[in-house]
Amino acid sequence: MTAADARARIQERFGVEAVADGGLTVTLPRERWQEFAGFARGDLGCRYFNWLSAVDWKEQGLEVLCRVENLDTPLVVTMRTKLPAGETRCPSLTSLYRGADWMERECYDMFGVVFDGHPDLRRILTSDDWEGYPLRKDYAVDTPYEPYR
Amino acid sequence: MEVKRPLPQVPPPVWGEFKDLQEWEKYHQTRPLDDKTSNALASIADAIHHMPGGWIVTTSTDKIFNWARKSSIWPVTFGLACCAIEMMATFASRFDVERFGMVPWASPRHSDLMIVSGTVTIKMAPMLKRIYDQMPDPKWVVSMGSCANSGGPFRHGYHVVKGVDRVVPVDVYVPGCPPTPDSLMYGLLKLQTQVEEFQKTGKRAAPSDPGGA
Repeated sequence: MTAADARARIQERFGVEAVADGGLTVTLPRERWQEFAGFARGDLGCRYFNWLSAVDWKEQGLEVLCRVENLDTPLVVTMRTKLPAGETRCPSLTSLYRGADWMERECYDMFGVVFDGHPDLRRILTSDDWEGYPLRKDYAVDTPYEPYR
Repeated sequence: MEVKRPLPQVPPPVWGEFKDLQEWEKYHQTRPLDDKTSNALASIADAIHHMPGGWIVTTSTDKIFNWARKSSIWPVTFGLACCAIEMMATFASRFDVERFGMVPWASPRHSDLMIVSGTVTIKMAPMLKRIYDQMPDPKWVVSMGSCANSGGPFRHGYHVVKGVDRVVPVDVYVPGCPPTPDSLMYGLLKLQTQVEEFQKTGKRAAPSDPGGA
């Protein structure tokens, strides 16, 4: 499947324009996040889960990004969804991709995005008693962490 | 697809709860009263010291002991980051600190020196403290590289301890990012002077004292 084919199918099924920037970038509403991931995995053949991360747009809220790939064609699909301001909940992709497990835990650890349906949502990099989410824009650099700083 | 069950929540460890460690510390800090051998040795040394001319014997044996102590500093192998590569190079054949009597040893129980080689993260700091606590007294710490000295380039990061001296007392700071094996060796030689001084006076040299060491 070429990128143009995939673009047409995304347009047909989801009614959104996929931006071709090397791969395909699709902006989705949060409700269709899981549905699109299933479509990308099943219909577009993107079985390789590359990464998942987030961006903090300050007062506009958080944005979750995820990249999946079809390594045979090859085809790269980047999916992004903006959470409403003040919202931290996002559907989890762990039921579709095993690789999403730790990426979502890291995203939760760093940005505080709560993934609904994740089987084991704990902090993964910082210690368990950590307060706050370090990669958010409002996390102060010199946030005290007793007793070491 | 099978969904993984959530893991049981493991509470963060509290170091004071290790009963064996506490007992171990207690045992080694108080000498049992019926320890006849060391009591006898102590009284003999005291008697010699108070005999006319006896201080010559005790001070010269002190000298020998100091020489022995400073010439056999065993660093615990404890590499944290890229500085550890330079530390390994220092221990290897080209620079060869074994000629100063330093044997990298894989157990804190037998070591005198901890070389903090690299970035100390907040998550790692309790483990570092624990290894330090496991070393028998007297013990020394060399802070190697910018990260261990002050946090280095990661000082304003969210996860880095801003200098290992917030966790354990440091005797020698070796600057550099990373320090070359030569700098580390220079620091270790400085430490030897400090060890000798410590054994004579019982006081650690102040870290910023330019005249000391």
